[in-house]
Amino acid sequence: MKKILLVVAVAVLYVLHQDIWFWRSSYLVFGFIPIGLFYQGMFSVAAALLMWLLVTYAWPSHLEQEVEETKSREDSTR
Amino acid sequence: MIPAIVVFLYLAAVLYIGIFAFRRARGKEEAEDYFLASRSLGPFVFLFSLFGTNMTAFAILGSSGHAFNNGIVTFGLMASSSGLVIPLTIFLIGTRVWALGKKYGFMTPVQMFRDRWECTHIGTVIFVAQAVLLVPYIIIGIMGGGTTLYTISNGLVPFWFGGAIVAMVVMSYVFFGGMRGTAWVNTFQTVLFLCFGAIALIVIGVGMGGFRSAAQAIQASPMASLLTRERISPYYFFSYTFIPLSAIAFPHILIFCLTARKMAQFKKTVIFYPICILAIWLPCVFLGVMANRVTDIPEIRAKQEARRVLATQGKNMAPEQRDELREQSAGDDVIMLLLHRYAPLWLAGLLGAGIMAAVMASDSQILALSTMFTEDVFAFYGGKSRFGEAVQVQTGRVFIILITLFAYAVALRAPETIFELAIQYAFSGFAALSPLLVAALFWRGSTKWGALAVTLWTAFAVVAVAVLQSVVPAPAPGPATVLWAPGGVEVLSRTPGGTAVFGFMPVVPMVIVSVLLMIVVSMMTRKPADGTLAKYFGGPKP
Repeated sequence: MKKILLVVAVAVLYVLHQDIWFWRSSYLVFGFIPIGLFYQGMFSVAAALLMWLLVTYAWPSHLEQEVEETKSREDSTR
Repeated sequence: MIPAIVVFLYLAAVLYIGIFAFRRARGKEEAEDYFLASRSLGPFVFLFSLFGTNMTAFAILGSSGHAFNNGIVTFGLMASSSGLVIPLTIFLIGTRVWALGKKYGFMTPVQMFRDRWECTHIGTVIFVAQAVLLVPYIIIGIMGGGTTLYTISNGLVPFWFGGAIVAMVVMSYVFFGGMRGTAWVNTFQTVLFLCFGAIALIVIGVGMGGFRSAAQAIQASPMASLLTRERISPYYFFSYTFIPLSAIAFPHILIFCLTARKMAQFKKTVIFYPICILAIWLPCVFLGVMANRVTDIPEIRAKQEARRVLATQGKNMAPEQRDELREQSAGDDVIMLLLHRYAPLWLAGLLGAGIMAAVMASDSQILALSTMFTEDVFAFYGGKSRFGEAVQVQTGRVFIILITLFAYAVALRAPETIFELAIQYAFSGFAALSPLLVAALFWRGSTKWGALAVTLWTAFAVVAVAVLQSVVPAPAPGPATVLWAPGGVEVLSRTPGGTAVFGFMPVVPMVIVSVLLMIVVSMMTRKPADGTLAKYFGGPKP
């Protein structure tokens, strides 16, 4: 379930990148940052948060274990 | 002259780092130590060197130049999409490749492909495709170095000499320091990039009298579209999200993934990658847009005038005239012009060193090519077993000298635009090669024939797009020239910026066809032995 939610989160963020709703707006956030640029900046922060979620809840730790097992097998056969 | 002196001091520092790495590795003539730093990079160096490896001159010079002419779309187009896709591919593919490298001793992607698909010469075909797509980067790095030194020294350092110095410095620290030297230099350079963006933003902002008035003036002017994405179609914008798939398929990035001491070191890289992109690209894109408001720099006025003439009279001009105007309106040097105007001399030098750091990102490509040549060709065809590992490392070093000399010779003779185009094709080409990695790591049913089909298709598509764009000149800004529209459906068009297939950039059909070829051809051909599949996907070994 956790993994499905993360896959959905990745898909949603990918779709959110196509922000056609701000396509033609030249509104300035804080009086100087164009809204389209501000949105995409915030998108990058959201991407970092998503990466944190992936690292926290879907880290492929089995790969590390496999490497450790292979290493200890090699050490014991030497 | 002061900025040029600061840049030379920077080059000396970089050289020292490379030689220091060499002294640290003295006595170890092992391929794994020279080419992969003994797979021992710590978290800080791994994050910054991997990120720095991926940041070329385009990150600073090209991004502000593109934003100068196209507006804020540059950030969404090239930066934020990379901030999502690249760490995701590092998370999914980079970690797996690292684990396989640790388990089976792979040092290049082709070694892994050969083992995974039980192939020999097909691996060599993949090596050739990767090498051909990588060489333009090295050439453009030397060209960028020559141009930057020429600009920073106000013409005192000629292009040929600047290019030679940059080539010499990069060659030396890669030659002596190998992966360790390259990683340390990249870390140093990335720290400089990160400082560069923030300092440039503050200095230029203060110089311009604050951004609020500049932004509001642009908003109220006919240039207001630069604050929106009106100039780019949503199809084109969507297409660009396919380009970052190329990052993990670049051999130098994948080889870098093999250098981490522990897999945990990927965690910080994956999480902070989007933030690093934000920190470097946002200031550069913002400054590129704001440069349009500057009225007291004649060079910027000339670029705006060239852009205006191209937009209003371009349709009635010859293709050569349009190309000339495009070149005149190119904004790759706007950030340098802003610094010259608003930063004190010593700071302009320091920031020039930051730009130099971006321009010199070709070190990893040189080392990757050397690693690939010595492992995928020299060692694979018997050189290592005949002459030993020390000779293999020496061969790698000789290769570094030869490839740098070749790149320098080409850089002196060929026009820069050719290689800029080649890099555009290379991004699409490596993106189209990315299904190789996904299939090798995640699909038991993939075969070497599927891999060959993907590689040949990629080579064909890259050459086809290059030929098309050289035969059909780019139209003036505005509607595209439709080249093929059976039944009224616009299949193929030549746009002012390149080529469109069904309105998308060529990278979209290139990746889709690669995926289809991998699936169809693999389903029709024989799979590797069960023992090989068990190595990669678990299950009983026969």
